[in-house]
Amino acid sequence: MSNDILILAEHLNGKLADITNEMAGQARQLAGALGGQAVAVLLGSGAQALAESIGSDRVLYIDDPALAEFNPEAYARVLAAVVAQRQPRVVMLANSSVGMDLAAGLAVTTGLPLIAYVNALSAEDGRIVATSQIYGGKILAEAVPAGEACLVTCLAGAFRPEAGRAAAAVERIASPAPLDGLKVQFVRLIEPEAGDVDITQQALLVSIGRGIGGAENIELAQELAEALGTVVSASRPVTDAGWLPKTRQVGKSGLTVKPKVYLAFGISGAPEHLEGMRGAELIVAVNTDPKAPIFDVAHYGATCDILDLLPALTERVKSDT
Amino acid sequence: MILAVAIKQVPNLTDDLEISADGTGLDYDALTYVLNEFDEQALEEAVLVKEAAGGSVTVVGIDTTGELDGALHTALAKGADRAMKVTGDFDRDLGSEGQAQLLAEAIRPLAADLLLTGVQAADDRDGQIGPRLAALLGWPYVGVVTHVTPEPGCVRVHKEYAGGLLAEFVVTLPAVIGVQASHQPPRYAPVSKIRQIAKTAQIESVAGQGTPASSSSVRRMFKPEAAGQAEMWAGEPEEVAGKIATLLTAKGLLKL
Ligand SMILES: Cc1cc2nc3c(=O)[nH]c(=O)nc-3n(C[C@H](O)[C@H](O)[C@H](O)COP(=O)(O)OP(=O)(O)OC[C@H]3O[C@@H](n4cnc5c(N)ncnc54)[C@H](O)[C@@H]3O)c2cc1C
Repeated sequence: MSNDILILAEHLNGKLADITNEMAGQARQLAGALGGQAVAVLLGSGAQALAESIGSDRVLYIDDPALAEFNPEAYARVLAAVVAQRQPRVVMLANSSVGMDLAAGLAVTTGLPLIAYVNALSAEDGRIVATSQIYGGKILAEAVPAGEACLVTCLAGAFRPEAGRAAAAVERIASPAPLDGLKVQFVRLIEPEAGDVDITQQALLVSIGRGIGGAENIELAQELAEALGTVVSASRPVTDAGWLPKTRQVGKSGLTVKPKVYLAFGISGAPEHLEGMRGAELIVAVNTDPKAPIFDVAHYGATCDILDLLPALTERVKSDT
Repeated sequence: MILAVAIKQVPNLTDDLEISADGTGLDYDALTYVLNEFDEQALEEAVLVKEAAGGSVTVVGIDTTGELDGALHTALAKGADRAMKVTGDFDRDLGSEGQAQLLAEAIRPLAADLLLTGVQAADDRDGQIGPRLAALLGWPYVGVVTHVTPEPGCVRVHKEYAGGLLAEFVVTLPAVIGVQASHQPPRYAPVSKIRQIAKTAQIESVAGQGTPASSSSVRRMFKPEAAGQAEMWAGEPEEVAGKIATLLTAKGLLKL
């Protein structure tokens, strides 16, 4: 086994995902402590320039037309082969739509332990220690793998990105695994429909979560937003339920917003939601559960019932303006 | 089409989660359990596929809580045809690694065409169950899926990336799909119907073989430090509304 830290580089539509350089930064630290190197693995086609933009010690660029678009089966085959050949200490994948398709399957095919939802990763006396953020962000679990090597899936925003330094060397190789006879076929990308409003362009957002209780209460938030001259955004359960259009969704699979003020009403603060709004200048959270993780990122908070607060605030705004 | 849905219960996150005395787990006895919200979506998508293509839906889970029957009865009330539970002397914190091994054994004899499961669960400390199951069964896996359309010998799925971008894949069956959201919101089962089913339904029991060990262990479980925690405003909604209005005014977002 080597002391190298392998990271799976992620890219979409010709752009490297932020998480790649976040993992690269952490991988370099960890590799430094273990006496190995941080090696990014990039799967793609015609993606040499992307490979060169990764801040790891080395980049292994696997170039094949079958890897032009993400395909979970093709990626799984290639990664299993790379891990078998290179025997890294740690394989870091993003806890993203891509990484989540791969990590647990790779754990089975490689026989390596997997520690998921990781937001801290270190070596103690040469032993890997990883901290998982579980139960919707309410609990942290510090775990050690049974053997020396392991896989981890990393949360977005957990590590400081390795910015502004080019990779030392890109090694371009052909796929180490056959990519024919795939049972998963990529068909096409479908761009999201443009919404009636762009929530990423607002200085203020009235954002509601499952705590709003039902479609009939959406009006309360709309009225407040109207009085404030802004729009309503939401957590995923609200858009999944069809109470608001998908274009209003903030978070991992929705949009990333950075308003001056983000009012989070009845939102618990799951990591997937925080991913899309933690960059707001000021966050105010109202949630009946005083232990809701949203209060860990909010600047101000209150525990009243939003069904009372929304009309009270609308009233107040109307009388003030 | 023979459909299977793998489900699991997770602690109700609105409960107070307390750390166990030895500091390596939760105080499981103090918890109440709910069905993993994404498994609920997977069940709905399975029932929608069955309604479109015909066939049957079998729901299967590991009974780590001794309370899985309730979730299985609800699944039957929502349109599942068969319910199965794997029983045994399991730890309450049996991870995805162990659950997937037991589930794979239970699911293999079903000769299913399509296995759906929630894309993740709040307690997947050792990774998601779906891809593990797929690897154990030797089937392909696509996760973070919001739409499954049955076609002869395959399914067409929509997978979500960030920002609402979707990728369409065609997946040859048998396959495992990790469901993020069903393409219609999950249906509601009236309590009276669930009660009725609880009286008559047969839940098939399968004895789990052994207690699978985990390949990683938790040495410390703890709550996040309250660093940078919010300054809390007490008071009636009217008072809180006043504080928010003052803040918005200070930020120049409320023109007086
Ligand atoms: C791959 C993936 C991608 C995801 N992407 C996203 C995403 O983009 N955006 C997103 O938001 N989620 C996303 N999620 C879902 C995420 O995991 C959570 O399920 C979701 O964020 C929870 O939304 P919520 O806070 O509204 O609901 P809950 O977690 O159910 O929280 C509701 C909160 O409301 C409070 N409440 C209830 N009633 C009241 C009341 N009357 N007054 C005040 N408070 C009340 C409760 O105390 C609770 O804290 C994703 C999940 C996955 C697996």
